[in-house]
Amino acid sequence: MTILGWLQIIIFCLAILALTKPMGVYIFNILETPHKPMSVVIEPIKTLTEKLAGVDSKQEQTWVEYALSVMYFSMITCVVTYVILRLQDLLPLNPQKFSGVPSALAFNTSSSFTTNTNWQAYTGESTMSYFSQMAGLAWHNFLSAAVGIAVAIACARGFTRKIPKDAPKTIGNFWADLMNITLYVLIPISIIGALVLVSNGAIQNFSPYPEIRTMENATQTIPLGPVASQESIKQLGTNGGGFFNANAAHPYESPTPFTNFVSMFLIFLIPAGLTYTYGLMAKNSKQGWVLLIAMSILFGMGVVTVYWAESKPNPVLNSLPLNQTAGNLEGKEMRFGVANSALYSVVTTDASCGAVNSMHDSFSPLGGMVPLLNIALGEIIFGGVGSGLYGMLIFVMLSVFIAGLMVGRTPEYLGKKIEVKEMKLVTLYILIFPILILLPSAWSSIATYGQSSLNNGGPHGLSEILYAFTSASGNNGSAFAGLNANTDWYNYSLGACMLFGRFWMMLPVLALAGSMAGKKTVPESLGTFPTDNLTFVFLLVSIILIVGALTFFPALCLGPIVEHFLLLKGKVF
Amino acid sequence: MSATKKVHSLFDTEILWQATLDSFAKLSPRIQMKNPVMFVVAVGSLLTSILWFRDLLIPASKTAPLWFTGAVSMWLWVTVLFANFAEAVAEGRGKAQADSLRRMRKETTARKMKEDKSEEKVEASKLRKGDVVVCEAGDIIPGDGEVFEGIATVDESAITGESAPVIRESGGDRSAVTGGTKVLSDRILIRIGVEPGDSFLDRMISLVEGASRQKTPNELALHILLVGLTIIFLIVCVTLVPYALYSGIILTPTVIVALLVCLIPTTIGGLLSAIGIAGMDRLIQKNVLAMSGRAVEAAGDVDTLLLDKTGTITLGNRMASDLIPVGDAKLEDLAEAAQLSSLSDETPEGRSIVIYVKNKFGIRGRELQELNATFIPFTAQTRMSGCDLGTRQIRKGAVEAVFSHIRALGGKIPADAEGKAREIADLGGTPLAVSDDKKVLGIIFLKDIVKDGIRERFHRFKVMGIKTVMITGDNPRTAAAIAKEAGVDDFLAEATPEAKMRLIKDEQAKGKLVAMTGDGTNDAPALAQADVGVAMNSGTQAAKEAGNMVDLDSNPTKLLEVVEVGKQLLMTRGALTTFSIANDVAKYFAILPALFVQVYPEIAPLNVMHLTSPESAILSAVIFNAIIIVFLIPLALHGIAYRPMPAPVLLRQLLAWYGLGGIIAPFIGIKIIDLLLAALNLV
Repeated sequence: MTILGWLQIIIFCLAILALTKPMGVYIFNILETPHKPMSVVIEPIKTLTEKLAGVDSKQEQTWVEYALSVMYFSMITCVVTYVILRLQDLLPLNPQKFSGVPSALAFNTSSSFTTNTNWQAYTGESTMSYFSQMAGLAWHNFLSAAVGIAVAIACARGFTRKIPKDAPKTIGNFWADLMNITLYVLIPISIIGALVLVSNGAIQNFSPYPEIRTMENATQTIPLGPVASQESIKQLGTNGGGFFNANAAHPYESPTPFTNFVSMFLIFLIPAGLTYTYGLMAKNSKQGWVLLIAMSILFGMGVVTVYWAESKPNPVLNSLPLNQTAGNLEGKEMRFGVANSALYSVVTTDASCGAVNSMHDSFSPLGGMVPLLNIALGEIIFGGVGSGLYGMLIFVMLSVFIAGLMVGRTPEYLGKKIEVKEMKLVTLYILIFPILILLPSAWSSIATYGQSSLNNGGPHGLSEILYAFTSASGNNGSAFAGLNANTDWYNYSLGACMLFGRFWMMLPVLALAGSMAGKKTVPESLGTFPTDNLTFVFLLVSIILIVGALTFFPALCLGPIVEHFLLLKGKVF
Repeated sequence: MSATKKVHSLFDTEILWQATLDSFAKLSPRIQMKNPVMFVVAVGSLLTSILWFRDLLIPASKTAPLWFTGAVSMWLWVTVLFANFAEAVAEGRGKAQADSLRRMRKETTARKMKEDKSEEKVEASKLRKGDVVVCEAGDIIPGDGEVFEGIATVDESAITGESAPVIRESGGDRSAVTGGTKVLSDRILIRIGVEPGDSFLDRMISLVEGASRQKTPNELALHILLVGLTIIFLIVCVTLVPYALYSGIILTPTVIVALLVCLIPTTIGGLLSAIGIAGMDRLIQKNVLAMSGRAVEAAGDVDTLLLDKTGTITLGNRMASDLIPVGDAKLEDLAEAAQLSSLSDETPEGRSIVIYVKNKFGIRGRELQELNATFIPFTAQTRMSGCDLGTRQIRKGAVEAVFSHIRALGGKIPADAEGKAREIADLGGTPLAVSDDKKVLGIIFLKDIVKDGIRERFHRFKVMGIKTVMITGDNPRTAAAIAKEAGVDDFLAEATPEAKMRLIKDEQAKGKLVAMTGDGTNDAPALAQADVGVAMNSGTQAAKEAGNMVDLDSNPTKLLEVVEVGKQLLMTRGALTTFSIANDVAKYFAILPALFVQVYPEIAPLNVMHLTSPESAILSAVIFNAIIIVFLIPLALHGIAYRPMPAPVLLRQLLAWYGLGGIIAPFIGIKIIDLLLAALNLV
């Protein structure tokens, strides 16, 4: 660990902290007030879209209507992508003449992009045409992100609205939220981001792949494409699906340490901002800061662990005449180094982005466990755009419920009582994740078709399987690598995990919003359980670690933890 | 309830013995099914027992040492029994009380009056709602009902424990009688008000027995969470088998069951119902009957307390302490009128006026009959009382009321009257105006005496964020002075039942939960509207029906204790839930290394407690998991120590004790058990 490394990490944290409030205020203004910049240009686009799509964006929706709109929209977009991928050979912008994508992979990929996962069982540069990349995949980067944010805002409305007794219990309009987020937030920022990336050397073109002669006089095909534009939204929308298989480690995606910094910054920008937006909606900005502090503590723990683990020399190589002072450099880009690779791996797995600038598979066992654990906690440490906020709010409800009784009152959050119905939904939410991760990964670890995809044996192989299902269910999309996921079993099972991991979580959240929306608000008093101080932060972090982490502790024991101890004894896999 | 007055100590041997027997009876699957967490433990116990038998009979099939399977199995059964025991002890205390109540409900014969006024002897248990019975001196009242003719003294000690007889008469607020009580004098006609099996006594019995206990809303919500956690850990344990298989480790069902039982929240799962029963029981020991657990829970949530001034904040009796003539009236005339108007006034205030005048002016009390006067009683509407001597109207009452009475008669109010009244009110006294026909003679200074220690008590509520509102018929000035002296947050002066009702609804509209006490029939709507309505046992049947708690001692100050019991119940539940969940950390560190160490000896450093052997580690965790339930039974039954303080401070303290403590305690406990097992050469 070096001072320079720590400095870069600290600068990153400060940059996010500085932008949290402006970003939060901006999103709040866009979604909850009529103060919208550039509305002269954008409002007509909205009106036109609304007419073409035949939807009503004015009428407030109840949670059921909102949820139906979300499901309807996501289903349609998923099917469209599936069709585009299958018919890729018949569609334009395919200079490399790639054939249609096989059905298992097409299902996996369309699920993946619809659910903001961007798990890639394929190699972009050798499977997807430019048209598929843009019309099939890239637009999901905007829309799946917008859906996530919309659901989070709807959830926040349910929690914070004070609805009179007889008024309808509405939580906003999905179509309005969807369009506002896309047109006012995602597109403008991603344009700025893309320009910054292009100006620093990321590529953007539609050229066919050139063939060049290397110094050894061999020929090499250089894949090209409209990279920067996809790169920007892939980070901003916590999508993570790289244009190239090497993802952000590829010099055309992220050529310099500065673009690397911009990438990480874009990943955390919206999730951090949303906490402030939430505070504004709750009319107590502390309620938002509490979430941000809790996220930051968990984030900090991850960064410190990975940076520490990756800075240490690999004990197996100790006997060789190697200079290991820079730490474990296997699978890392020299232009980023250990500090930025460690930071990136934590950022991308805390937020459910899944872009990578180094191979998590090559991390030391403990260094690789942190990204896995980050996702397994439920993608709530900043988390996916929107999904991080609502996931965190579920844990807030859980914490309030468990410890809230201790102040001698039945639990209440933001003045609203947490009762049987709310607990059913919260329990459902926390139940889905372990089911989706543990059951299929346990099955894969003993089934022959599960094991046959493994490149490594022993605990490392188990980590690879576990990581794949965790990443899919958590809608993260990063891969541990080392596992050939492009098989029928993994394509279908992981695809299903992505869909369930997205929508089975969203539905309880929206139902919860609907149920909270209709509740009476108890005014705050000295006897109220405080959810806006450091004690609560401590409680929240503890509950996340105990409920979230302990669920996966036995599996982790047999994966990265035992691998760590074996490595110390010189055994590798 | 003379018999039940006996406080059953926690470790009453009789109760403990009965509870031990009950813990076995509760092994019945029908009862276990009601508690899914403990049901899982029971199934696990059964499974390991079957394994043990199989290994015993077919040693070849053995996957673990016989003693180990046997020991784990035994301790799992013990876990279930301990949880049953906790519930049985809590119920036992109620049962003992119910038994003494039941003994009291001996079969009586009632004298039912038929429509033709003739009497017929029927069994008390055959009486229906609406039947009319006759009770004379010496009779046991056969059922709950309302006196509609006559007046009698009744011994209600069986219900209230209060030995002094009470008056029960037709009409008014003292008309309700309770079955099982005894008429001491006179003859009354009672209309039975309940169907058989639904009497107050019946309800009391089923309440204290816990028979009619239903899960409260918060308990239900907590149950859902506990079931959710149980399912999660079930998945964790079941999937661990294939993960281990992948790693070349074969996990026996015994160790998987042991791990599962240690991880699921058995501590809170086993104690949850005991905590609830004990909460009701604590109220019963304070002589308050809660009609449902829901009411006790609501008591913990109360934001606003409506407290009747008289009896709760001040000593019941206001005493006359001065007479102040106004206008040109003479002091002696005022004294005489004050006495005349109070002669038949049986209220303590009225009596204090008669005594004051007698002592100070030597005017002896006379009988109204001698003076040929008619008594005009006090009503909530007129807010005056007095007497009519022929056409001469002598009145005393609330200053406003008397003044408007004078104005109505065409009289004039002396210029200094209002000022004098205000002075008294400002001093916290109650001014009563006295009038003779159209003339205001003066003001009686009634002094209110605030109860000792009540101020400190209200301060405790303020600290916990509960607002106290004093309800009084006094005028706003007097009310303000007393409110200030007693330290209440707010007051409702010149309260009428309607104003009280409005206050409750206003508070509720703001999202607050309101608690109040009441006894009269006109309190009934407000009692029903309030979230916690404590009816006085001395009150009317209507009031008792409307409230959700009955105070057998008829002491309005009890409301404060009711709130404290409610809070204590919720705090205990929260603390034990937190403790239970926090326990899991240590259990993981005990069991997981033990499971994997044979195939991966390198994992030994994870055995942070340095437990003797894998078997010892697992067994120690299982034993700790079982005996922690017993250790916590006293806490569950007594409730955790209650100290009023603001929520943030309280939370910090309890989190340190039960959260942090919950993480640390099992590390120590498991290590000690492991050392003991090793020292005794058991592992």
